[in-house]
Amino acid sequence: MPQVMLAEFGMAALWVAAALALLQFALGVAVLRQNRDDLARTIAPLAVAQAVLCGLAFLVLMVLFLWSDMSVLLVATNSHSEKPWLYKFAGTWGNHEGSMLLWVSILGVAGATIALFERALRADTKIATLTVQAAIALGFYVFLLFASNPFARIVGVTEGQGLNPLLQDPGLAFHPPTLYIGYVGMSAAFSFAIGALITRDVTPSFARAMRPWILGAWIFLTIGITAGSYWAYYELGWGGWWFWDPVENASLMPWLAATALFHSVTVLATRDALRTWTIMLSCVAFSMSMVGTFLVRSGILTSVHSFAVDPKRGIFILALLTIYIIGALVLFALRVGTISEGKRFEPVSREGLLVINNLLLSVILVVVMVGTLYPLALEAFTGQKISVGAPFFNATTGPLALALVAFMAVGPLLRWRHDEGRAVIRRLAVPLLVSALTMVAVYVFAGKASFLPAMGIVVAAGVAVASVAPLWKRNLARTPLFTWGMVIAHLGCAVSIAGMAADSAFMKEALVPMRVGDTRSIGDFRVTFEDVAQVPGPNYDALQATLRAETSNGDSMVLKPALHRFSTPAMVTNEAAIRTFWNGQLYVVLGDERPGNVWVVRMWWKPFVTLIWLGGIMIAGGGFLSLIGRVRRNVPGGKAKRRLAA
Amino acid sequence: MKRSWVFWLPVAVAIAMFATFLVALVRPSDRAIVSQLVGHALPAFEAPAAMPDQPGTNSRDYADGKPRLLNVFASWCGPCVAEIPVLLQLQAMGVEINGVAVHDKPEDLARFFAENGNPYARVGLDQGGRAQIAFGSAGVPETFIIDGKGRVVGQHIGVITEADIPDILAKLKGS
Repeated sequence: MPQVMLAEFGMAALWVAAALALLQFALGVAVLRQNRDDLARTIAPLAVAQAVLCGLAFLVLMVLFLWSDMSVLLVATNSHSEKPWLYKFAGTWGNHEGSMLLWVSILGVAGATIALFERALRADTKIATLTVQAAIALGFYVFLLFASNPFARIVGVTEGQGLNPLLQDPGLAFHPPTLYIGYVGMSAAFSFAIGALITRDVTPSFARAMRPWILGAWIFLTIGITAGSYWAYYELGWGGWWFWDPVENASLMPWLAATALFHSVTVLATRDALRTWTIMLSCVAFSMSMVGTFLVRSGILTSVHSFAVDPKRGIFILALLTIYIIGALVLFALRVGTISEGKRFEPVSREGLLVINNLLLSVILVVVMVGTLYPLALEAFTGQKISVGAPFFNATTGPLALALVAFMAVGPLLRWRHDEGRAVIRRLAVPLLVSALTMVAVYVFAGKASFLPAMGIVVAAGVAVASVAPLWKRNLARTPLFTWGMVIAHLGCAVSIAGMAADSAFMKEALVPMRVGDTRSIGDFRVTFEDVAQVPGPNYDALQATLRAETSNGDSMVLKPALHRFSTPAMVTNEAAIRTFWNGQLYVVLGDERPGNVWVVRMWWKPFVTLIWLGGIMIAGGGFLSLIGRVRRNVPGGKAKRRLAA
Repeated sequence: MKRSWVFWLPVAVAIAMFATFLVALVRPSDRAIVSQLVGHALPAFEAPAAMPDQPGTNSRDYADGKPRLLNVFASWCGPCVAEIPVLLQLQAMGVEINGVAVHDKPEDLARFFAENGNPYARVGLDQGGRAQIAFGSAGVPETFIIDGKGRVVGQHIGVITEADIPDILAKLKGS
């Protein structure tokens, strides 16, 4: 059989990649400390070779999963030969070892990309950056090789144990890699920051080089969070879109830090201010990414995402975190004196607003962090268990988030350095008026809506108008891409908040026992329970109900919610039937059977709930436009040269 | 200003955070506590009345000779809603169920009961999650089966479904 030696080959590739990372690190240190400039040219090729080998190891693992090679321990414990190929493929990273290998592979690719394409950075800072990247990669190679070997063999197994059915979903196949690219992308930003600290190069041009990396990582985090939220919404069958689960929070925290970071790096790039703060935030954003990986991967949390692992691994990852993060923060504290003070600015200015944005984001970050880690800390030191839960997070982050988006809308309407208070208020007149009118409308038409959702709608309306205001009286054809990006992303925030507010204010919900032939109404719909039947699936048995929903104007549609019973491992999952309309979603879940052929059916009418994810997509899309705009400016021979040629 | 101690604060925070992680990792897994409670007396707790027309509940309510269920739930917990029909069914079969609402508010609970029904004989409010800590319950919903002497004879973590009813009835009868 050809695959006999394949696992060993993957293992060998991983070892060589680790050795190259060590070499890359050692040579980098030699170049930086002993000025061995003759060695400087070896660093970039090493980074590329390391990425290729690590990527190869990951591909080998993927092939082992696709072939269902049950002589590999990891495949035997996480896959099953009868599984559809997509889930075999996704199973590669649906487990601890595989996902750590993916993590390092992405890190390697990020390093290689810096080595090959980064031209805006000063040469010594680039070498320092790649040296830091090698140091991070090295720790994770050691972890994989000594504590988490993905290629270990097992004897005498012919069939696998299968993958958690909740994870058998096409959307989820791509959710972890997306988040990982975001997490690991933050490591690139971190390496830049540490590199610049080492070579004392914290300047606007450094900030311009670093910005696309932050933006790129942030886009992937945004997509990952949006997709994860939608996955939880349609797969868990609870009708909610965010549960403040610790693992969701673990992805939200780096996003908050990254959002603050790319706003502050913009201030550094454009106005040469906030130098120290930007470096500090780079460390925080990376720390949050690492803590996120740690929380998910160490088994310290129990949640929908829990992956049982032995505590030794957790301690190993914790040791790595401690070395990198505390090392970086100590370096920061020692070197902070060498960062010269940036330019000053007035409180009423775009910089001033960006500082407020950064402060609010930081406060939300701290609140989410405390809410996530406090139960953990309390349990660790006192053995007491508490659950913080959604009430705490909604009550604390809700108002802060509304204040944040309100300031977000104002910021782009201010001038850099200094602006007049009165002029600002004049520019804000239209958005304020829109908000005031919305407030009246909400009060008149939905007086019973609770305060926070009502305020959400009011703020979203004003923010939506203010977000597009930077385009006012501008030549749209000559407006730079990154301005478009900003406008679309800010508008996306308003859209998303409108969706959240509308859903929590006007959602309709019903839990009804139904017999075949029964009709119940929810929102504008009359839903009739028509049938329930057994339907065989690829690796499960489904119990599928057929319901017909009719609107008041005579439209009719069929909904088929189902229960899936998996055999390996034994588990039942709930498949919601969801119908999307321009103004919301009808969400129907089939519950348990009661004596006498009665079925419990749970129905929701969720007005404008889709705006939540549409907003998320707009935010990511805006980021993408900005990224293209920035990269085009950065690449020599890009726009500038074309302009000269013309 | 530049050399100020402020810049060492992040280091201190990070050290504190990692120390916490370490302690949390090396402590023996708490999942064992779950089964330890079975066979022992219900831990002492106090959950004052949550609804104006229903009494609260505390650990002294359970040694009166009548076996019953103690359900830990919350109005903000989605899966708890799914469980209510089954609890109502158990109630209709004559099973007495007491509820402890974790981190909840009376007005939210009132709405919760209005929408889903109220299967409870007593509903206590567990502000700060203290009763939940006493039970060693990791989340909501969670249900304890308690015999007439106030001893825990069974524990069900997560949503109770129709399929669990025979098992629960058997445990209640056996006690």
